[in-house]
Amino acid sequence: MERVMMKGNEALAEGAIRAGCRFFFGYPITPQNEVPEYMARRMPEVNGVFLQAESEVSAINMVYGAGGAGARAMTSSSSPGISLKQEGISYIAGAEVPCVIVNVSRGGPGLGGLTPSQSDYFQATKGGGHGDYHLIVFAPGTGQEMVDLIGLAFDKAEEYRNPTMILSDAIMGQMMEPVVLPEMRPELKEKSWATTGKKGRVKPNVINSLGILDKDLELMNIKLQEKYARIEANEVRYEADGTDDADLIVVAYGTTSRVVRSALSMLREEGKKVGLLRPITLWPFPKKILGDLAAKNKRFLVVEMSSGQLVEDVILAVNDRSKVDFYGKLNGTIPTVREVYEEITSLLQKEGRA
Amino acid sequence: MTHEIICAGFGGQGVMLIGQIIAYGGMIEGKSVSWFPSYGPEMRGGTANCSVVVSEKQVGSPIVSEPDGIIAMNRPSLEKFTMAVKPGGTIVYNSSLIEITPDRSGVKILPVPANDIAAELGNDKVANMVALGAYLGLTKVISPTSVEAALKKVLPSRRHKLIPLNIQALQKGLELAKN
Repeated sequence: MERVMMKGNEALAEGAIRAGCRFFFGYPITPQNEVPEYMARRMPEVNGVFLQAESEVSAINMVYGAGGAGARAMTSSSSPGISLKQEGISYIAGAEVPCVIVNVSRGGPGLGGLTPSQSDYFQATKGGGHGDYHLIVFAPGTGQEMVDLIGLAFDKAEEYRNPTMILSDAIMGQMMEPVVLPEMRPELKEKSWATTGKKGRVKPNVINSLGILDKDLELMNIKLQEKYARIEANEVRYEADGTDDADLIVVAYGTTSRVVRSALSMLREEGKKVGLLRPITLWPFPKKILGDLAAKNKRFLVVEMSSGQLVEDVILAVNDRSKVDFYGKLNGTIPTVREVYEEITSLLQKEGRA
Repeated sequence: MTHEIICAGFGGQGVMLIGQIIAYGGMIEGKSVSWFPSYGPEMRGGTANCSVVVSEKQVGSPIVSEPDGIIAMNRPSLEKFTMAVKPGGTIVYNSSLIEITPDRSGVKILPVPANDIAAELGNDKVANMVALGAYLGLTKVISPTSVEAALKKVLPSRRHKLIPLNIQALQKGLELAKN
């Protein structure tokens, strides 16, 4: 298979097209602009639709409409833009419409800056908008995963009729790495639930998130929770690198996992027993593996570009069976390999494991 | 083995391009590579740089803060990255535009009159390739044949007629490194 060098944002866009996405709705914001730029050129070549909406709110509701009609549709934005989309995302989750939302996140709160950040973790994994819902959230850690995970995001969105999210950042989006692109998917199957006209059926298909009569809302929520339980049982993805014989396991995703990988490789050359646990799905979260590792007396260090969000999920999963330390960088700063290396070294020294 | 490089200069000096050529060349040689541009508001007129990693194993951090070598095309870039270079590393700098010599011991330092050589070849724009040639001559990160293959990938086909000139510039740089 031919390897080509692509920017992460472009690899993601081409991956979406090859996964059958034919509708892109968006509104410009740095650092995700390569996605709409690529889509604007590419969509006409595959008879798809690229539309720059008048706002993020319009864009997400266009995704709601196209997804409801059974098409593979997506939007992409960056943190402040994703905040604007939250109402629509909540409606989409309630109406069980498959679609993909990409957040090439930047620092906040507010308008923030352009630099990479992981401070949208809570927003992505705990719902984000109103109501009891979850997105399936993928966190790519390589250029290749930008391609592979967006394909998977479309498949899982359809399988569970649930919105999915790619949580990326400026580094993953701007970095070029070699990628292998998959073949273009053949035509997709028609969906029995999609609003494409009655076509002789007696009952029309309805896409709606309203549950105002009797127990409608409770039933809708029970159904959603059953679905989320299935997703938690079946869709957890992670990478465990050197965790078996490690004393200390670093938990990190996306860009920080890359920095951590370099630091760990230096430490292993010194004979230190350190490993990496990289969540690939942020929701569902890899709770079980973390719990199992905690039960084996492994210690944890969480490294992330936030004041401490991922670390809360790790603490919940570890559930007092082991100790969890935290090393965070606030918005706009990427930890250097040296900083992570020194943090781990001093932790190991404190523990007497150096 | 992992080799980490920072290529830096003014916007328009082709530092992003030589970074991409190294990354593509590494990929063509079957290695793991990453290319990451300096990124932010400073890109609009000013100094730009890119981090390139070429490795036998999976690339970790794509952001390079302790490079094995730098290619500095202007003075602010040389001043910014001289101290960051690892002991035993390499500094190649464009002595046509940089009148100072880097104050650094324990590294290989090669001044390259890149713009002057490029002007002799008839096109000032290939100064970046002269510097790249010198850097590759010293470090052997990728082979000159891979550069030619990489140029075909990096340059749009309407620019392919410029490849022979670029290779000529690369050769001049390689010769400088030999002496």
